[in-house]
This record gives sequence, structure tokens and C-alpha cells, in this order.
Amino acid sequence: MEPAPLNISAYVVLSAILFAMGALGVLIRRNAILVFMSVELMLNAANLALIAFARFYNQMDGQILVFFVMTVAAAEVAVGLALIVVIFRTRRSINIDELSRLKD
Amino acid sequence: MELPTLQDLNLAVTLPSMGLALWACVVLAVGLFLPERRRHWNLVLSLGGIVALFLYNLTLFDLPADRQSAFLGMYRADNFTAFVNLIALVTAFFGVLMAYEYLKRTHIDRGEYYPLLLISTSGAMLMGASGDLAVLFVALELLSIPLYIMSGLRRPNAASEESALKYFLLGAFSSAFLVYGVALVYGAAGSTDLSEIFHRVNAGLILDQGLLLAGAGLMLVGLGFKVAAVPFHMWTPDVYQGAPTAVTGYMSVGAKLGGFAGLLRVFIVALPAVSGAGDATGWQDTIALIAALTMILGNVVAIAQRDVKRMLGYSSIAHAGYILMGAAAAGSPDVRDFAVSASLFYLLAYAFTNLGAFAVTVAIEKDDATNPQLDDFNGLSKTRPVLALAMALFMLSLTGIPPTAGVVGKFFLFQAAVNAGMVWLALIGVITSVVSAFYYLRIVVNMYLREGPGEAQAQRSFLGVAVGLAAVGTFVLGVAPVLFLDLAQRAVLVALGG
Repeated sequence: MEPAPLNISAYVVLSAILFAMGALGVLIRRNAILVFMSVELMLNAANLALIAFARFYNQMDGQILVFFVMTVAAAEVAVGLALIVVIFRTRRSINIDELSRLKD
Repeated sequence: MELPTLQDLNLAVTLPSMGLALWACVVLAVGLFLPERRRHWNLVLSLGGIVALFLYNLTLFDLPADRQSAFLGMYRADNFTAFVNLIALVTAFFGVLMAYEYLKRTHIDRGEYYPLLLISTSGAMLMGASGDLAVLFVALELLSIPLYIMSGLRRPNAASEESALKYFLLGAFSSAFLVYGVALVYGAAGSTDLSEIFHRVNAGLILDQGLLLAGAGLMLVGLGFKVAAVPFHMWTPDVYQGAPTAVTGYMSVGAKLGGFAGLLRVFIVALPAVSGAGDATGWQDTIALIAALTMILGNVVAIAQRDVKRMLGYSSIAHAGYILMGAAAAGSPDVRDFAVSASLFYLLAYAFTNLGAFAVTVAIEKDDATNPQLDDFNGLSKTRPVLALAMALFMLSLTGIPPTAGVVGKFFLFQAAVNAGMVWLALIGVITSVVSAFYYLRIVVNMYLREGPGEAQAQRSFLGVAVGLAAVGTFVLGVAPVLFLDLAQRAVLVALGG
């Protein structure tokens, strides 16, 4: 059975909005965890686009790629949260504006 | 659909990268049980694996066409892959060798360093070998995630932690751009296979041109972050300055190699048919502009630096610009093969030279967690003449003065740019090289003409070997480049066969 035709542009626009919100969050937010959550939002925007396109082309490729993205994102979370914990232990703060020891 | 047999997967040709990742697991497991006084086995095992895979990799040049793909086209085993593997293994070799004593004397002799470095190297190798956007993405993360950890290895040192978090946040940010780019390119072309994308784009079977361009642009941003191209370079000086020096040395070559291997794969195999003016591809002007900005900013800002690691950070940005010049030249179909081999040759030359420069920096670094400054080189020719001579050679090579690898590499890149009709870009390259002489040669002046404190530090044997080998590599590539250029020329991407 052929799947119903999909209005692909709506999904692409939604994912673009999510991606832009994530990118804006990374640039505006000052708390390292919130910055990281914004990055996750960007990844999930890409996942939404991938799934929509996979359905549109009626293929598995896009969906499989989504699994890879999710797995890799989980690996990134593991490393990222560990780094944030280590920083918090030394500085009692995870505000990225205070990370300014390194400069010219 | 028939299930692929083990033979179809063609596992043997993937051994350099897969084997290195597996070997990293072995090193990790063994490292857990090593008591303090047997820690040198970390070094022995890592180097042994790297050398064995290096020798094996030499047999993977010029494979017959039916053995050039593995995992059903996901992994490409052509000469390009073999050459990238070669550079990656050289980088890993130096990365391990110059870290051993450094980790001990800075009290961060954690066994994790070695497996992390090996895994990261296998990621760089996989990026060059990727035949599919999915592999490219996973390889990029395999390359990056260990580097985040390695930057923070010197915890609770605040600078090291800060560099790790900065690298992590900006690295994850850039990966998100890459993934979104992958999603859009997949959406436009309906496939993630690189040669399939090429065929669809070439035949005009794409959903939407704007989608494809946006996807290509986002992927360029993601990879641009990895290779530290302007304007995506902000993290580089901070991370280079804060990370442990041996890690910085490895990272400055390993991450760049992976990024460029991926960049060349994607833009030359999958996207050459994106329309542009005349014969050239649509992305040529964009990459040429980025290359020009990168060369100018990297070289000019490096002049003002006092911290050696920070200066080498800006210098590495500048060198990313030179290699990007090769990538831009590869956008012209007639010059493509020559430009790709020139870029690969330059990466090899840069690997020897920059790793050598970092090995010397490791050698002069004090144990008190302060970064080496330019003045720390004062009078080095008196206290440690051989080290000073090697450093002078590396600095000449980074500037592009004969008889070194750097000058030969730059010559090929400039030639590629001129052949592609971008004389202005080659001119910027020449002028910025002259500018770079100012800060590179300042180190040479400090070593030979200034008086230093005159105390000789303890000799460090493994580091000495690393410096020596890097110096030999830099010199040999400079006087007899023919040996390797031939190899690099055979490494051109056989892209269009499918």
C-alpha cells in the first residue's frame, strides 16, 4: 500500500524553525547545560527533517540515520555532562561567561 | 533482498581504521590492569598497533576495482583512503611518542590517553574513507568526542577544563550544523550515498536546488569548524592554549586531517555537479573566499601572540587556509586531480612539521603548569643545540623556506590555485607566507641570537626520538618530494565511476 502523499514543505519549515531556535539558544544562553540542550534541539530538528524525507521518499535510509544521530547524541551527552560536572566542582559555576581565563 | 555475505563486506580493506579502534579497546582493557611500574606497556602496545597497521596499510594502495569498496559502498578503500590512513597513522605515532614522558611529569599519566588517541585517529581515517553521509557523521563524532576528553585530561587544572568545555560546546554546535546539512542534502537528493548524490545532482533529479545549496552550505559550516576555517575558528586559540601540550599537538594535525578528508570527500565526490559559473562548481568561490580570509586572519593575528601554543593555534588556522586553497582549486574539473594530491601532500608535510614543532614545545615546557612563552626559547641554541636546530627546521618549513617539506607543499598548492585561474588567491597565499615569516622566524632569532637563562633541562629520550623523526620527515619531504608526491598523485579520488 502506498503511503498517503506527504506535505513535505511543512515539515522542512518546522524543522528549520526548531533548528534556528536551537542555534539562537546556543548563542544567547549563558548556562552550559542550557547551551547544550539547545544543541540537542538542533540535532532533533535534523532528525525531524530526516524522518520526514525518509517518509517522503518511502525509504529506510533517513530513518536509519536518525538512529545514528540519536546514539551519537547520547555519547555526546555522556561526555558533555561529565565535563560540566568537573567544571562545576572546580569553579562552583557553569556560566560560560565566566570561562574566560584563556585569552590573548 | 539478499543478505550480503561476509565476502561482500570486504572487511580486510577496512582493517586500518577498524583494527585501530579494536586495538584501542585492547589497550584500554590491558591498561586497566597495569600497575604503576608497568605503565610503559601502554606506550609499547599503542606504538606496536600503529606500526603494524601502517605496514598493512601500505599494501592497500592500488587495490583492484572490485576490492575498493567495503560494507556495500559505505566504506571506500581507494588510494585517497590509503593516503589519509598513512598520514593519520603517522600523526598517531607522534601523538603517542611525545605524550609518554609529558603525561608522567605533569602527573596526568592516565591510561585513557592512549585508547582515546587511537579511537580519535580511527575516526579521522574513517572520514577519509566514508562513502556515505551517515559514515561521515559517525566518523566525525568518533574523531571529536575523544578529543573533548583529551583536552580536559589535565583536570583539575582550570585552563584544561575550560578548553575542554569550550571545545565540546562548539564541537557539538558544529556537528549539529553538519547533521542538519546532511538532512537537507538527503532531502534534496533522496540518497545519502555520495556517488548516488552525484549522479542525481548531475542528472537534475533533485527535489529542490535551494535545499541542496542550503544543505551543502551547512555541511561546509560544520566541517569548517573542524578544520578551524575563518569565520568558524573562534574556539581554536583558546582550546589550543588550554589543552595539555601533547594533546594540542595531536589535535592540531589529527582533527584537521579528518576535517579535510571529509570535506574533500563530500565536495568532490558528491557535490561537484552543483551548478556554478562556467566549468567550475558552485562552491568554488565560497571556499576560495573562506581560504583567503583564513590565511589572512590566521597569519596576521599570530604576530601578536606571546604564548607559543596560542601562536601555533593561529598558525594552524593559517595553514587550514592554505589547504582550503587546494580544496577551492579542486572545484575546477581540469585541476581537480592535481589540487587534491597537492592538498594531501601538504597535509603530510604539515603533519611532520607541526608535530615536530609541538614536540619541541613539549620539550621546553616547564612542569609548573604554565604555558611556554616565546621568551622561553631564548638561548636554546646554547643549552640544547640539537633541539634548537630541529625547531629552526620546523619554523622554516612552516614559513615555506627551502629545503623543507613546507615549501614544496606550498609550491604545489599555489600552482594548483594558479592552474584553476585563481591567481589572486595564490597571491594572497604568497603575501601571507611572507607575513608569517615574521612570527616564525622570531622563535629562531630568540633561540640563536638572544641570551637565555643557560640551564639545560633534563634530556627526554622518547621526545628526542619524536623530534628527530619529525625533523627527518620534514627534511626528506623537502629534498625528495617526488617519492611521496607520486603516492599522493595516485591518491586522486576516483569519484565518478560510481
